[in-house]
Amino acid sequence: MPETENTTPSVESSPGVGMIQMEVVSKWYGNFQVLVNCSTKVDKGEVVVICGPSGSGKSTLIKVINGLEPFQEGVVTFDGTSVGDAATNLPMLRSRIGMVFQSFELFPHITITDNINLAQLKVLGRDENEATNRSMALLERVGLMDQKDKFPAQLSGGQQQRVAIARGLAMDPAAMLFDEPTSALDPEMINEVLDVMTELANDGMTMMVVTHEMGFAKRVADRVIFMDEGRIEEDCTKDEFFGGERGDRAQEFLSKILTH
Amino acid sequence: MEFSYNWDWSVLLCTVEDVEIGCIAPYFYWIVEGFGWTIAVASAAWVIAFSWGSFIGILRTLEAPIWLVVPFLKPSMKYKSSVIETGNGAVMINIGWFLHGFATVYVTIFRNIPLLVQMFLWYFVLPEVVSKEAGMWLKREMPLPEYWTAVACLGLYTASRVGEAVRAGINSITQGQHYAAMAIGLTRVQVYRCVLLPVAYRIIIPPLTSDFLGIFKNSSLALTIGVLELTAMTRQIDEYSYQTFEAFTAATVLYILVTAIVMFAMRIVEGRVAIPGMISLGAK
Amino acid sequence: MEGSFDFAIILKSVPYLAEGMVLTFQLTFLGIAGGIFFGTLLALCRLSPFAPLSFVAGSYVNFFRSMPLILVIFWFYFLVPFIVGHPVGGFWSVTLAFIMFEAAYYCEIMRAGIQSVTLGQVYAGQALGLTYRQNMQYIVLPQAFRNMIPILLTQAIVLFQDTSLVYVVGLGDFLVHADIVANRDNRLMEMFTTVAIVYFIICLLGTFYIRRLQRKLANA
Repeated sequence: MPETENTTPSVESSPGVGMIQMEVVSKWYGNFQVLVNCSTKVDKGEVVVICGPSGSGKSTLIKVINGLEPFQEGVVTFDGTSVGDAATNLPMLRSRIGMVFQSFELFPHITITDNINLAQLKVLGRDENEATNRSMALLERVGLMDQKDKFPAQLSGGQQQRVAIARGLAMDPAAMLFDEPTSALDPEMINEVLDVMTELANDGMTMMVVTHEMGFAKRVADRVIFMDEGRIEEDCTKDEFFGGERGDRAQEFLSKILTH
Repeated sequence: MEFSYNWDWSVLLCTVEDVEIGCIAPYFYWIVEGFGWTIAVASAAWVIAFSWGSFIGILRTLEAPIWLVVPFLKPSMKYKSSVIETGNGAVMINIGWFLHGFATVYVTIFRNIPLLVQMFLWYFVLPEVVSKEAGMWLKREMPLPEYWTAVACLGLYTASRVGEAVRAGINSITQGQHYAAMAIGLTRVQVYRCVLLPVAYRIIIPPLTSDFLGIFKNSSLALTIGVLELTAMTRQIDEYSYQTFEAFTAATVLYILVTAIVMFAMRIVEGRVAIPGMISLGAK
Repeated sequence: MEGSFDFAIILKSVPYLAEGMVLTFQLTFLGIAGGIFFGTLLALCRLSPFAPLSFVAGSYVNFFRSMPLILVIFWFYFLVPFIVGHPVGGFWSVTLAFIMFEAAYYCEIMRAGIQSVTLGQVYAGQALGLTYRQNMQYIVLPQAFRNMIPILLTQAIVLFQDTSLVYVVGLGDFLVHADIVANRDNRLMEMFTTVAIVYFIICLLGTFYIRRLQRKLANA
């Protein structure tokens, strides 16, 4: 991210200090606790898959990382910058973390190209030409060059999600967060999105992915986090998780989603 | 009261030249002039209603804190939750709750007092409450006091309705869009300017149209403080000529004509700005 | 008199103001009742498959919605005696104006209400052998009313505020009575402030009631 200036000097990702670091993070909605003492760490280049039953807090967990959801206790740092600190420039921090949402969330009133250009122009301060060049390169990469002048609602779900990934990548992010990126897709479109994500992982992108796609986890993940009732119940390597060293709840969850 | 009525549509065509040949007054010009004032009141008031109303509506959608940086102020412990020290001699004060509250109170007050009463408050009461000099200025010295009072009153009143429409428009945009806009690093101002408002204003074209037509029709209330707009002029024609219904008909036709034109124009605008591929932008 | 707020004048004129408020409420209730009645009939016409009927109803609605209420009041105030053939008094002319004017707005509300009743309900009624009229009367309209109660009441508050426009024909409602006192005793500030506060409180109570009702209906 050479273009971004951060208010706080970023710590070079050294071993021991993760790109993303969470320490005993807790969060409440009123009296209801959605995150209970969550701690984990994601190193540079690591791909971490988060799974768990619905309502287990996994979506909230990754929204805490770029400050979309505030939290009440604990510490979250991204590349050395504390997310919960009131003095942190959150827009600047967020510009270094790409995020992909379950329901795409492209901006409906502007074209595909403008969707990818928007933050490059407004946040990174790139000029129109530079931004458009970058956008075109990314559209080429996700295979949607022919859709560049269309509006989001004119694309299929799978196409929209690939544009959303391109939008995130356009910022040259240090990490990408995926919040159930394939859950809202028709089955035949899931793979086109997973393929883009796999390619990204192979290129060394740091990724946190909330998903139920266990095939993707097996192929691509370095680690798997299993959440239940706001707690991180399992946080282990892929081989440990799929190799049978998981707890009862994770076992139960896996058998449920794998049998149908 | 007389119960036979002599229709005479020709009065509507009385011009200055006709005054000598039987018309008491140039009624035709009266209608044109009244219509002109109606448009003048409505359009000036709409400028206020739209800009101020948008501001009010946006304030009502703000939930996160808004920090105001104040240099050289020692925070007292009592308000600690809404005050942060920045470390370089200044403090940041959360004024979000205040702005939000102000907008809510504004809308509540302006929507719950009859417009005519508001008109009287601005015209008769305000000059008495302020200082003597200011009161004199409001009543006499400022140019066109009745006109500007009517404009301010209608504008501030309709702003409360526009504000509600803008708020509804913004609130109908999903939380996911907020998140996505923030996640790419936009500041709050940019989130509103680049993402939320362009969509919200498209959604609320129909209620905004109806608010504009509301201001247009409500401009007739200005007659109560002496603005000679369309309805007032027809009353005047009635008093001079006793051709009551001809005068009313003329006004009615003009009101309907403008309403029809505005609605037609806004339908075209709506079609022009419609987002390709979206069937309906309505709340999802 | 200058500078000080004279409470005595307000207290002294309470009975006279109350008298005006009675007229305000009369106009409001007659306007609501008549408006909803004719508005519902209009809505049924608008939704009628018989094109001329729905066209006439639609034109009626568009006509009245394009007109300033003040002009409608003037029209009825001067026209009704001519049509009836003898003086009927300002009250009835103006009441009729409110009913006809409000009918256009209530028509749109009731139309939305009727359309909010699912087609399945209509079919179910038909399947039981109910006639059109029975189906409307026992199945559709009761549900339409129920769905629209908050909006009907919100419109009632708008009408309550709009009755103040009878000022233009000098009918003795709350505002006009206050205006008379204000000009007689040169107490504009006191009287108009009082009027604003009283209207505000009544409308606010109404708004709170509607909000509570909405919550209750939403939970039901």
